[in-house]
Amino acid sequence: MGHRGNICVWLLGSVLLICIVLSVKGEAARQESHPMSSSNQTKQEHSSSITGLSIVTFKWHHVETPYLILVWILVAFLCKMVIEANHHVTTYIPESALLICCGFILGGMVWGADMAQTFKLQPTVFFYFLLPQIILDAGYSMPNKLFFTNLGAILIHAIIGTCWNAASLGLSLWGCQIGGAMGDLDIGLLQYLLFGSLIAAVDPVAVLAVFEQVHVNEVLFIWVFGESLLNDGVTVVLFNVFDAFVSLGGPAINAAEIVKGIVSFFVVAFGGSLVGLAFGILISLLTRCTKKVQIIEPGFIFVLGYLSYLTGEMLSLSAILAITFCGVSCQKYINANMDEDSVKTVKYAMKVFANGSETMIFVFLGISAIDKTIWVWNTGFILLTLFFILVYRFIGVFFLTWILNQTRLAPVELIDQVIMSYGGLRGAVAYGLAVLLDENKIKEKNLMVGTTLIVVYFTVILQGITMKPLVTWLKVKRAEQSELTLLEKVQNKAFNHILVAIEDISGQIGHNYFRDKWSNFEERWMSRFLLKPSVRKNQDQIFNVFQQLNLKDAISYVTEGERRGSLEFIRNEHAFVDFKKKFGDDFSEVMPYIMANMPDNYGTMPADMRRDPVPTVSLEMHEQTMKGTRENEDIDAHHLLEQHLYKSRKQHRHRYSRSHFDVNQDENEVQEIFQRTMRNRLESFKSAKMGVAPPKTITKHKKEQQQKMPNGKSSDKAKSYHSGDEDFEFSEGDSASGYDPHYGSAPTRVTYRPGAGIENPVFMPDIDPAAPTQIPPWLVEAELDSNTVAPSQRAQVRLPWTPSNLRRLAPLRISANSTDSFVMADVPTTEQRDDDQLPPPPPSPPNRDDSHL
Amino acid sequence: MGSSSSGMKDVPDAQELVQETGFSAAHLLRLHERFEFLDRDGTGELRPEDFDAIRELAMNPIGDRIIRAFFSAGKETLDFPSFVRILAHFRPADKNRDRAQQEPANSRTRKLRFAFQLYDQDGDGKISRAELLQVLRLMLEMQVTEEQLQCIAERAIQEADLDQDDAISFDEFKKSLEKVDIDHKMSIRFLK
Repeated sequence: MGHRGNICVWLLGSVLLICIVLSVKGEAARQESHPMSSSNQTKQEHSSSITGLSIVTFKWHHVETPYLILVWILVAFLCKMVIEANHHVTTYIPESALLICCGFILGGMVWGADMAQTFKLQPTVFFYFLLPQIILDAGYSMPNKLFFTNLGAILIHAIIGTCWNAASLGLSLWGCQIGGAMGDLDIGLLQYLLFGSLIAAVDPVAVLAVFEQVHVNEVLFIWVFGESLLNDGVTVVLFNVFDAFVSLGGPAINAAEIVKGIVSFFVVAFGGSLVGLAFGILISLLTRCTKKVQIIEPGFIFVLGYLSYLTGEMLSLSAILAITFCGVSCQKYINANMDEDSVKTVKYAMKVFANGSETMIFVFLGISAIDKTIWVWNTGFILLTLFFILVYRFIGVFFLTWILNQTRLAPVELIDQVIMSYGGLRGAVAYGLAVLLDENKIKEKNLMVGTTLIVVYFTVILQGITMKPLVTWLKVKRAEQSELTLLEKVQNKAFNHILVAIEDISGQIGHNYFRDKWSNFEERWMSRFLLKPSVRKNQDQIFNVFQQLNLKDAISYVTEGERRGSLEFIRNEHAFVDFKKKFGDDFSEVMPYIMANMPDNYGTMPADMRRDPVPTVSLEMHEQTMKGTRENEDIDAHHLLEQHLYKSRKQHRHRYSRSHFDVNQDENEVQEIFQRTMRNRLESFKSAKMGVAPPKTITKHKKEQQQKMPNGKSSDKAKSYHSGDEDFEFSEGDSASGYDPHYGSAPTRVTYRPGAGIENPVFMPDIDPAAPTQIPPWLVEAELDSNTVAPSQRAQVRLPWTPSNLRRLAPLRISANSTDSFVMADVPTTEQRDDDQLPPPPPSPPNRDDSHL
Repeated sequence: MGSSSSGMKDVPDAQELVQETGFSAAHLLRLHERFEFLDRDGTGELRPEDFDAIRELAMNPIGDRIIRAFFSAGKETLDFPSFVRILAHFRPADKNRDRAQQEPANSRTRKLRFAFQLYDQDGDGKISRAELLQVLRLMLEMQVTEEQLQCIAERAIQEADLDQDDAISFDEFKKSLEKVDIDHKMSIRFLK
């Protein structure tokens, strides 16, 4: 219910906002209707401003255009937000359909305010600003291997399929007109073909929007996706050819012109792809040397990607294909060349742009409907178009797939073909092209635009909604997530080698032969040419998987260690709040774990550190942040660690100047430390897993620690004591009296605390890692320790009693939180002390800055 | 080509081979041509050295292993039927083949068995750590250090080793590749 209320609020908010927009816009329109007078007015204002200084002026005209654009973008985004908030709706109705409906509503509002259609999707805006972003994103995030192994099928569907769709639709409509099915229309054969070509292409935006939610198997996905992407290019080319034919006029077209048309089709399509490849290579080369300008590194991708589009357009080649292949060709190299952060930035920014313009497109497709002028109704024409589009799509897909299946190892199944045919959604490209039609040459332009819109609505909304049930009903093979294992990867590589060898032996050139040749060429030339020397060696797949797995292991190892050892300890500790942290031996307990984390934390993850030492510092301070994570227990622990690994690094960066973070010096060190600890951890992990006895330093170290501690009891005893105490404590509820004595004992701890120094990690990141003299003794210990972490000992000791504890502890902990004020009243002394011990964070940044300056 | 003139009668045991392996007569003929081309001294049997003539094979990191897999244990020669039987492993699986007869060479298990024996050099039915390490050394590039190789081998064995004997048996091998579409990965289109 609360959820729904939330939505209502948003709806209300967006409606309000829209009202504001409308009023502002109405104002603008009124002023526009008298451009002269308004400019006079402004002049007057200017001249009059001399006489008296006006404190605030209203300068709508200065900002009108960008302001309106931004407000519309905002409105579109808000629409999306409102839609996404209704999760139960989006599971049944695809987002694209809902966005179009939002567009209807918005369009209605505009209409109600203006009584005219003032905003609609302009083809120039669409083709120059909205579409490229989507296509670039699609190309960049294309699963390359899948794409290229299916390239043949995709091309056949994209080229032949699209031509078939265009021709069949055009001819059939023409036939129907001659047959008299549509009444009196002034459309010739060529114009029908032109109409057919503009509406032939399956739209990547619409298709992606639907198929991404459905999760079909990967072959089907890449066929539909690849086809929709490439046939956009094809359809634009086709459209241009027929447009030229229409301009020439029927009689002027002879065989030579038709041949020229076909030639230009291929030149435009392949020329565009080549332009894209060229730009892809250019980007890859550029990213080889952008190390020094890491901040704007991601910018290169966008600028050059867009440039490839414009260049394609300039040379009258297929711009869509250009930007597609630009994205496809450069992704591997730039992802390897650029810094990890830049890659992430590129990925996110691309998604932002693509998703944003997708939203805009759908909303405006809806808004465009509210326009009296385009609605020239001709039932026959509209219904026949819809019917033919659907039927010919099915015929085309089935026929082409049948041909392709003759040679495929794993034939595409009938069900997949049905889905593929049914997924022939038309979208904004068709609409954009329809609007581009020249009214002087084509009398029935408005009919065509209107029909195109209806086709778009029909396919996106109706077919989109029914797609998901259909996929479930037909039991289409879904994509399965497979966990990657090392042996699998090794074996896949081996399979490739085997196949190539067998092809060699049997003396026939096959599919594998070419793939092998290409990958050799790729490795020998492309990689050398386009990749940084430093990243080239990381290309080996098996090794990559190995590294990934190791990283995963390291993380799960730490998680495991925390769960069994320190983390459980933390939980316990937390339940007792103040119990154990008084006792010195606890430090020796947590220590190895914290220490193991420390060198990492040191530079890269202060947040993670904050988590570990918390119990020893002050629980109340952090309870707010920790509550959620504890409740979800270890599933989250894994997540948490992962998140902290990255998040905190960013936090760390905020300290640097706004426009520029000085990555080089510091980052390298951090990186080095990070790697070193990872190695250490892996080593100890290995030794633990292989049953190698942990080095004896650990015992030694432990002893030392215990000797140092004044209260040095064996940890086991301490614990058994506590566990015995527990029941008592809990039965009493959160009695503050239980806590008091322990707080009382705090001072004793404090005396030796600096020596143990575990709580210090909180401010560790502030210490300049560059100066070895500044490395505090406990850090050195940490290094020692990180070698010697062995979960087994402590874990064994703890395991028997902890699980039951946890269950019981959970509720109490919460209740303890709720009585914070009660506890707090007793606590302040400790808290303050803790604060004192933590050196205030502010002083440290200056230090850092100094060192950099 | 003049090859078409050499009819089926030149191929030894043609009928039985078609029956057994599922190759078409045309395929068999083509393979026989290839066999004769490789068999330069015309003895009707191939030796490991004959395979060395295939230049591309020398560039294949596990080429040697694959060549060895053609020769049954202890043998130094390979006649045409055996040659075809090995290649039959790489035919795509055919759907409508009656289950009654003995498992065809292009079944999933047989394909996997072929891959398995590339590792299992001593033929004890298990991939030991050393054996895996050898193959890895062949397949990974020079940049990977020996230490890393060992780690990889260690991990791979740990992943697959279910009975904790520190080696991968065929069953374990099969199990670890359960999710892989073997028919897709171990089939060659033109051998269909």
